[in-house]
Amino acid sequence: MAKLNRISTHNLPEAVLDRREAVPALIPRPRDWLVVAGLAGSAQELCAMTDDGPNVFGLGGAMGAAPMMALGLALAQPERRVLCITGDGELLMNLGALATIALLNPPNLRLVCVDNGKYGETGNQDSHTGLGVRLDQIAAGAGIPATFAINTADEIAEGRRLLETESGLCFVLLRVKEGPALKRPRSLRPHVVRDRFRAALLPA
Amino acid sequence: MADEHYDTAWPDALYALLREHGVTQFAYVPDAGHRVLINRSLADPDVKSVPLTTEEEGVALLAGADLGGQRGVLLMQSSGVGNCINMLSLTAGARFPFLTIVSMRGEFGEGNPWQFPMGQAAQKVLEAMEVICLKAETPADVIPVATAALTMAFQSGQAVAVLLSQRLIGAKKF
Repeated sequence: MAKLNRISTHNLPEAVLDRREAVPALIPRPRDWLVVAGLAGSAQELCAMTDDGPNVFGLGGAMGAAPMMALGLALAQPERRVLCITGDGELLMNLGALATIALLNPPNLRLVCVDNGKYGETGNQDSHTGLGVRLDQIAAGAGIPATFAINTADEIAEGRRLLETESGLCFVLLRVKEGPALKRPRSLRPHVVRDRFRAALLPA
Repeated sequence: MADEHYDTAWPDALYALLREHGVTQFAYVPDAGHRVLINRSLADPDVKSVPLTTEEEGVALLAGADLGGQRGVLLMQSSGVGNCINMLSLTAGARFPFLTIVSMRGEFGEGNPWQFPMGQAAQKVLEAMEVICLKAETPADVIPVATAALTMAFQSGQAVAVLLSQRLIGAKKF
């Protein structure tokens, strides 16, 4: 088998952050958002951070859905702030969504990619980002107006500022080392999650 | 056939029907058969018109719209149905209402052999993923079929596809 081309990442330091500390530090008030969380780590983490809250739609399949679901939700709820949080593998599966989201440019939508450079659920194979693909640069090239990459704990505050205080669409890449996400039992019945999300958000 | 191809009476009536039923998110991949609906949605200040890079984006978008209390429609060609297959597990599993209008290729009078495999498979693929298919073959079919689909999707919470036959929209000449 031919070796994969390891893209030059000389400008990226080694990932040092533990996602179990970095994600809550980046999103200290997860209940304030309407959240669509991509499958596996991101969904587990946001459900753990909100005690399986009704404001989180956490995916357990349909890989690649999270950014576009968040766009549909942001367009439908322009007065609420919507957060899409997903992993590098999920985002890579539907990169075109970044271009579509940039065209619509909803001011209430924020995108966070928790990038561990691995397919953590399937045996920790290197993902494309682990071999050097830069999702923050792809997001910028797609036309997302503000992008920021977090490599160290010191940079989390600036990412949080972008998410919380900047008024506009942005993309934050949170580079973490491999390792487990925060986790608690959560409903894996998607119709239950849909119904409780709508019941909490929409007038009866 | 040529007259039907340039007939905008039924597409205009279809756009009005979708708006009367509260559809406000129009997701589309550019397509000649849907050009009236696409252009009407782009010109309408009261709707969001969302161009997609691939049809599966639209399946996820409409699920998000439903989470936020809005109704949407996915406009695509039959070749795009194949791009939606796994994403429709989101629709089926979470019981999201789903409405798509599919302009058919690879069937009545098709002159491009490339269109046949997906065109002939489109309905089977949709039904395999629990999407109910309703067909419109003539201009007179469009409004009754679309009305039925809107009721099934947004009153009964089903996933429904309206298949616009090539007999209705006109076969492209090669």
